[in-house]
Amino acid sequence: MPQEKHFIWPHKDLLDVSQLSLEEVSHLLDTAEQFHEINQRPVKKVPTLKGKSVVLFFAEPSTRTKTSFDVAGKRLSADTFSLSSSSSSLTKGESLKDTALTLEAMNPDVIVLRHKANGAAQFIAERLDCAVVNAGDGCHAHPTQALLDNFTLRRAWNNEYKGKTILILGDIKHSRVARSNINLLTRQGVKVRLCAPRTLLPHTVHTWPVEIFQDLNKAMEGVDAVMCLRLQLERQQSGLLPDLSEYARMYCLTANHMDMAVEGAKILHPGPMNRGLEIASDLADCKNSRVLNQVSAGVATRMAILYLHATRKDKGV
Amino acid sequence: MKNLFIFNGLLRKKAVDILVSGSTIVSVTPHGEVPAPEDAEIIDATGLIVFPSFYDCHVHLREPGFEYKEDIESGLEAAAHGGFGGVMAMANTKPTNDSASVTEAMLQRAQQTWPNGPYLYPIGAATIGLKGEELAPMGELAEAGCVAISNDGVPVGGAEMFRHCMEYAATFGLTIIDHCEDPTLAKDCHMNEGEISEAIGVKGQPVVAESMQVARDILLAEFLNLPVHLAHISCKQSVDLIRWAKARGVKVTAETCPHYLLLTEKILNNYSTAAKVNPPLRSEEDRLAMKEAIKDGTIDIFVTDHAPHADHEKEHPIEGAPNGISGLDSAVALTWTQVEDGTISEDDFIKLWAEKPAAIFKLPLNTFAEGDIADFFLFDPKEEWKLTEDAMHSKGKNTPFLNTTLKGRVKAHWLGGTRIV
Ligand SMILES: [Zn+2]
Repeated sequence: MPQEKHFIWPHKDLLDVSQLSLEEVSHLLDTAEQFHEINQRPVKKVPTLKGKSVVLFFAEPSTRTKTSFDVAGKRLSADTFSLSSSSSSLTKGESLKDTALTLEAMNPDVIVLRHKANGAAQFIAERLDCAVVNAGDGCHAHPTQALLDNFTLRRAWNNEYKGKTILILGDIKHSRVARSNINLLTRQGVKVRLCAPRTLLPHTVHTWPVEIFQDLNKAMEGVDAVMCLRLQLERQQSGLLPDLSEYARMYCLTANHMDMAVEGAKILHPGPMNRGLEIASDLADCKNSRVLNQVSAGVATRMAILYLHATRKDKGV
Repeated sequence: MKNLFIFNGLLRKKAVDILVSGSTIVSVTPHGEVPAPEDAEIIDATGLIVFPSFYDCHVHLREPGFEYKEDIESGLEAAAHGGFGGVMAMANTKPTNDSASVTEAMLQRAQQTWPNGPYLYPIGAATIGLKGEELAPMGELAEAGCVAISNDGVPVGGAEMFRHCMEYAATFGLTIIDHCEDPTLAKDCHMNEGEISEAIGVKGQPVVAESMQVARDILLAEFLNLPVHLAHISCKQSVDLIRWAKARGVKVTAETCPHYLLLTEKILNNYSTAAKVNPPLRSEEDRLAMKEAIKDGTIDIFVTDHAPHADHEKEHPIEGAPNGISGLDSAVALTWTQVEDGTISEDDFIKLWAEKPAAIFKLPLNTFAEGDIADFFLFDPKEEWKLTEDAMHSKGKNTPFLNTTLKGRVKAHWLGGTRIV
């Protein structure tokens, strides 16, 4: 297992990246790096978390993140249990408090929670003794996504964040991915730019430590990476956007835009992608795309997260 | 007839002795000028302030329909201990107070449980079932004992409908109280729109959801030359508009609550559902504007917007928790801070809690003149006490001030010469 340099993980829960110091992030990503190596071996399973149980409670559907956590848990030999709103009676009109108590009664070591309510993970974490990992709460935070994005960028940039520029493109207002990434990246010295129509930006975005662009061509000038966000198609019905073809015309990332960026600039997308809407199909598959690397980074990062949180108590903390 | 002699209390900063006979004030004299009558009950009020009983013109007593949150008996008990001799109860009960039978049942309940007061003054609904579609029978409601009209809880969004509500209420001499909120701008919002809401991902209500409706009401009031009373004002833009309207002579009056003077949206940083209230807690700039507005009289009265809820209802993520702060127990101490910090004078304090409410809603007022109704309470401005669940008389323990130390406490309370606390 990962070589420890007596680093005792100080957090019971992972609720948002804002709670992590840069040193802790770096330790977490170093740990993920070692798991990433394991994932390249012919036999991808280690007994590290044998006997530990991980509950995956996804009250909001997400095949991608859930599978990623499931694979991460299984590769560490943890027992993983999935509950979802469709398959369980857990969420049928039940309050989040009762759900929490039900989950607690199953005595898990870690609960991975995705929920549409902002602060849901914090709500559960305050009431339970086991570790709670936030796998996305409302529009608030998505720390594991930000950490896996960070892992991907760290590899692409050879561990040099300072002075780099990244553009986050799309529905910032409703994006927990954007919020968590902005928090972490700006602290690491990355210059963050945002580009979106005004209806998809928060009203007080001018107070954020970012640069705002409306014009995608200008926004792309000299960037080292661009992170596309998934556009929720119902934003059109809720009056935030005109027809989607206009959105695609103004804000879909294409090869022409990439010409403005620095040579070899990387493309990220949390997935699943709406090809042709927020990202041109050929770009998603081009050599600078890191979309599939993000998926494997996701498994390694989540292995590190499960490992650090499930074994914390064993170290006599 | 029983006599009561209260000596050495501070009435508008002067030490006085008050003689009460039966239900009325007989005399108020400088302390020590007249001896205590032999047969009188004698109360030493040294160090205590004498206030006329206060009015809270905006409470939710939850009965009928939601007695698990609060009922008329427990609500009036909290009022009695809070220094309130009368409370005006909003109509968002179940059934809605949109007919005489509901009004009468409420009044009967108050009469049974607190025959000597605190008094309940029901507010009738503006529209049937608060649906904003058909006018409520305001004539019938006035006859049954309603003292004002309001759709508080579900504000009337349509401007034409609200115009008709104003006109129809005026027909019966009733003032309409509006909860100013544009329903489209406020839809699905759970706190103030600003840096905090956008950091924690919660959909925020912009200040214009309130101020736009304030502007609408002011313009209608001027156009119709009718009065309108604006409920729980929370932000700078609304205050600026009200100030402008008053300067033009528009018949507009307005109220605010202790929490808008003391708290900001910052407290919701941790999804604190105890501080979830509607209108939401705003920015520091708004809070300072509210203080300015109580100082210069733009805001006419204090109210609590007493909104008790059961604990299990507030114990949810912020989106799932109801709005409201339980306010009757703590409001006088919380607003006394505004006298302590020099924002307002003691006379203003009496104006905001007693004189103006009585004037706007035509309620009886004790001015301590001979023959006035003996409604008053003794207040210790120095006593520090903790607002614990046990110290609260309301069933609702939902307040962001829970377990904080307050300064200033009601020590005794008489209504019509009868001691109720
Ligand atoms: Zn209201």
